[in-house]
Amino acid sequence: MANDSSRLRISAVNDVVRIDFVDRDILDEATIRQIGQDIQRKLEPMTAPKVLMCFGVVEHLSSAALGTLITVNSLVKKKGGTLRLAEIRPEILEVFYITKLNKHFSIDESAEAALKALA
Amino acid sequence: MPARIEGHAILRGPRAEIDASQTAVEQAMAQHGYGREALFAVRLALEEALVNAIRHGNRHVPDGQVDFRWSVDGDEARFDVRDQGEGFDPDAVPDPTEDDNLEIPSGRGIMLMKAYMSEVEYRDPGNHLAMVYRKSKGA
Repeated sequence: MANDSSRLRISAVNDVVRIDFVDRDILDEATIRQIGQDIQRKLEPMTAPKVLMCFGVVEHLSSAALGTLITVNSLVKKKGGTLRLAEIRPEILEVFYITKLNKHFSIDESAEAALKALA
Repeated sequence: MPARIEGHAILRGPRAEIDASQTAVEQAMAQHGYGREALFAVRLALEEALVNAIRHGNRHVPDGQVDFRWSVDGDEARFDVRDQGEGFDPDAVPDPTEDDNLEIPSGRGIMLMKAYMSEVEYRDPGNHLAMVYRKSKGA
């Protein structure tokens, strides 16, 4: 178990890096920047990382947070890895559909389903 | 039903100022019976509006301020956000939903405001944003 940031809970599930957000709101720019840096630092030394990001507690996120997710996805793809998002509340999921980012990300209803897809 | 509730704040940038304004708006809307869907929509749109004004609108304005005025009654919530920058052309912002633009990390704020609010208007020269949320739009 690694705990790189107070805003994230990062753990290993077999060969998958599981990242759980711990805050209800992902809005503050400084926090979002910190989240991006923490994830980047975790993934930087890895090859073809399998990454699961869980949004179970997240109630609000901003376009800046979406930007960080896109940046993380680009990094994971560049490394030949896979990123899946899971446990997204319906209101937040709607944001992904409005921005058509549902086409850009692989999204699963549950962490279990995502882990199965990443296996 | 309570009378119309109004608020005004000068925002200079610290997160706490945005949070305080958001909380005041949320409480006024709750008093007027707006539901969870409405609160989510307005919070998201206001977040984008205020952060855009502070970070982008006032980017080249030393010690810039954002003037934020709002009012809430039983039918609608109105918001005016003015920064001190030169403004911009919102129509010149690329459509972030185009396939070629999906991987660009920025540029989604305006479209989210338009999606969640009943009216969104940038007034000339683009440094004054007026938004309306009508209760009939959501809960």
